[in-house]
Amino acid sequence: MQTEQSLSLANPNPIHTSGLQKLGLAAISISVLLLLVTWASGHALGNPSVMLAIVFSLAILGTFLYVREEYLNKPEGIKNNGAFFKSLTYRGLGGWMLGVLLTGFYVILYWFPDNLKGLVQLFDPLSMFFTNHVADSWFVYGTLYTSSVLLMGYKFAMKYRHNRYQLIRTASVTFFQLGFSFLIPSFLKMMNEPDYYFSYFWPLKDTYLKPGGDTHWGIKNIVASSSHNLGMYFIGFSILMSFIGVPVLTYFFGKRWYCSWVCGCGGLAETVGDPFRQLSDKSLSAWKFERWMIHSVLVFVTVTTALLWANSYMQGALLGSLSMGFSKTYAFLIGSVFSGVIGTGFYPILGSRSWCRFGCPQAAILGIFQRKKSKFRITTNGGQCISCGNCSTYCEMGIDVRSYAQQGQDIVRSSCVGCGICSAVCPRGVLRLENSDLDIDTRTDEKRAIHITDGKFEVM
Amino acid sequence: MKVAIIGNGIAGITAARWLRKLDDNVEITVISEEGEYFFSRTALMYVYMGHMRQQDIQPYEPWFWDKNRIQLLRGRVQSIDFAKKSMQITTADTAKLFSYDKLIIATGSKSNKFGWKGQDLDGVHGLYHYQDLEAMVRHTEGLQRAVVVGGGLIGIEMAEMFHSRHIPVTFLVREKSFWNLILPPEESAMINRHIIEHGFDLRLENELGEILDENGDGKADAVILKSGEKINCGFVGLTVGVSPNIDFVKNTDLKVNRGVVVNEFLETSVPDVYAIGDCVEIEKPQPGRRPIEAIWYTGRMMGETVAYTILNKKIKYNPGIWFNSAKFLDIEYQVYGDIQAQLPDNQSTLYWEHADGKKAIRISFDKNTEGVVGFNLMGIRYRHEVCEKWIKDKTPIETVLQNLGLANFDPEFFTEYENEIVQVYNKTFNKNLQLKTKRGLSAAIKFLKQITH
Repeated sequence: MQTEQSLSLANPNPIHTSGLQKLGLAAISISVLLLLVTWASGHALGNPSVMLAIVFSLAILGTFLYVREEYLNKPEGIKNNGAFFKSLTYRGLGGWMLGVLLTGFYVILYWFPDNLKGLVQLFDPLSMFFTNHVADSWFVYGTLYTSSVLLMGYKFAMKYRHNRYQLIRTASVTFFQLGFSFLIPSFLKMMNEPDYYFSYFWPLKDTYLKPGGDTHWGIKNIVASSSHNLGMYFIGFSILMSFIGVPVLTYFFGKRWYCSWVCGCGGLAETVGDPFRQLSDKSLSAWKFERWMIHSVLVFVTVTTALLWANSYMQGALLGSLSMGFSKTYAFLIGSVFSGVIGTGFYPILGSRSWCRFGCPQAAILGIFQRKKSKFRITTNGGQCISCGNCSTYCEMGIDVRSYAQQGQDIVRSSCVGCGICSAVCPRGVLRLENSDLDIDTRTDEKRAIHITDGKFEVM
Repeated sequence: MKVAIIGNGIAGITAARWLRKLDDNVEITVISEEGEYFFSRTALMYVYMGHMRQQDIQPYEPWFWDKNRIQLLRGRVQSIDFAKKSMQITTADTAKLFSYDKLIIATGSKSNKFGWKGQDLDGVHGLYHYQDLEAMVRHTEGLQRAVVVGGGLIGIEMAEMFHSRHIPVTFLVREKSFWNLILPPEESAMINRHIIEHGFDLRLENELGEILDENGDGKADAVILKSGEKINCGFVGLTVGVSPNIDFVKNTDLKVNRGVVVNEFLETSVPDVYAIGDCVEIEKPQPGRRPIEAIWYTGRMMGETVAYTILNKKIKYNPGIWFNSAKFLDIEYQVYGDIQAQLPDNQSTLYWEHADGKKAIRISFDKNTEGVVGFNLMGIRYRHEVCEKWIKDKTPIETVLQNLGLANFDPEFFTEYENEIVQVYNKTFNKNLQLKTKRGLSAAIKFLKQITH
């Protein structure tokens, strides 16, 4: 039957787009084109403020028009028609082109930021407004990132407008991106404070627990660069969150309180990444690779942090080159290549959460708590599963949800970020994300679709 | 022991899996003409609609079968010699004899055809087998209109499939209202409205007269309705029900009627031959159950049951309290217990419908005992186990209503409508009941496990 895959590739019907929708796509395209031209030419075209206003207006207008035609003019409900027919969402030409563009942007951002001069100039007025500093490549990146989350967040919310869990979750994740990862850091910068992110903690933000000093960025630098002595409080908050906030909140709500409600990486994945969620690998071998990989990264960041502290106590006498070697390798391999270039650049190829699934050390810790001690689980509704596979297909974390649901077993997986899409796409109302402490240690014991137990009939 | 299973649908595969779970040594062979690997039949529509690929509707990865030592044989069973316990099988390149110790027949259904003129033309297909999906795909290119005949679960799926590819659909429903032999009038009317909202050309009380091949190329190009109206179309979907797929065992020693006749142990008239799933006709069905129940869930339960029986842990097939589910375009449907299109004389029913006309709750109860008998849900999800326990215990309607939140299975933050149906009861019976329990897992666990504190 493998040859019959052609079924899903041959879509004889053109994707129907209305005139307004084409207009919306055109507006978005012009907006992106202006950014690309600015990037390529190396300087802002005309007055940066005017150009920036045009770029954003076109993007916003285009998104609204597209969403209106794509979702709002149709009955509420699941909108996955043609996900595996479209080149953009099923690794066709469009997908690969977008992948190369995003990956290229990350490579330039990390290693050749001088080539972003044009964009930096373009965003200068905005940077002066928000931070009272001239723009740099990271401000450009942060602004593009946040506006993408907001615009695609709107698209996502309208796509799932019948689902209040999705609406509230999307409101939360976009709020944290805008407030905690953009406005507050910008404001802090304006106040000449370190641009601290309240929504990231060690180990995802490994610098918040590294000693810091002359050789690498860390606690000492954050404290030293704070002109109002706020640095100590920031560090205190991040340590509190790393060691108390994370386990306590995960006990009550599962990993989702962070990964799909607060985290900025999660925010991008849930909004910009949503059209690509079906591309995650569901095979057992991918799961094995995932467990090996993500825990290796966790060990890596822990060892790096420990070495830096040991070195700091020994005043660099013994471990200087070793700990710095670890630190630099981590920053390059994990901080840049994995989380940025692969994690986001490869959205259209690997799906939206490959960093969260295979790399993020924060996700690894949250996952351990979720599996070992949490009230959270996805409940399977008795024997109602029809093994259709929508849940597994649309799981961005590549969890084979169906393999549990068809046995009537509740789902507790360390990688589950609680996005709730499995529950949304289930055509038979089988899955529910929920919390209870009553059966916390036996959450997955029962198999309800099993019919017979010990020779007696268990109904169902 | 060598067990041969004919058919790799949910019934046959469940039997194979349980045989392996319960016994490490039994030799298991699953024979199927339809496809190499087990797939979810109910999910065929999603492949056509581009929600999933063909491999996504296969619940097990290809290595699963080797690992569990379940041999898959692609071929067609031509005949069975029950006395010699041997089958004649043709595969793509050979014909061979295959012997067994125990045989499970799980050949499923085939789409009904009622002798219409033109029913065997190219472009006239049901939707049951993988090959039906392929036929739909083959005929999609350049298709200007599809006519779907039959207002049931498969009909509305087929109509939705074409609609997803922007192909206009005419949907012929013989009855006055969609699926009204199963759905009570209000729910049925809801689905009529929803079908029209999606822009299908819904023709109620309309039947197919004949299918035409006007240009004589062997392909359907129009239908004539019984009303005389002619509709041009390039595809005719015949979704007027299914019946057991048992032609290959007709006129043998095996007792068949509409389906393969089995007793309560799923044993056929021939020793060591069992039958499960859609192809079965149960000789003495349990009260309130039909002899042929061609649904996913019964196939799965029979598959598990027969594995026990074959391994000498003989057990009666007992499907328990009826449940089923479907999705009509965007409206999910769940049913638990006894909900009938025509309210029986001994039952009362409570019905609440949301102002948007897309959500409804129905609870029926016995007039005399006041015990609850069934739940019908449209656009709202209820917990299977909770509803089942109430029905099994014949819990009085007033107790059920006051604790109705226990059953709610909608996602977090969704509006809860249990109070609305309590008010329907209060208004109807001039009572003043209050909803005591809201939605929540802990309360449901306490209820199901009888934890009191």
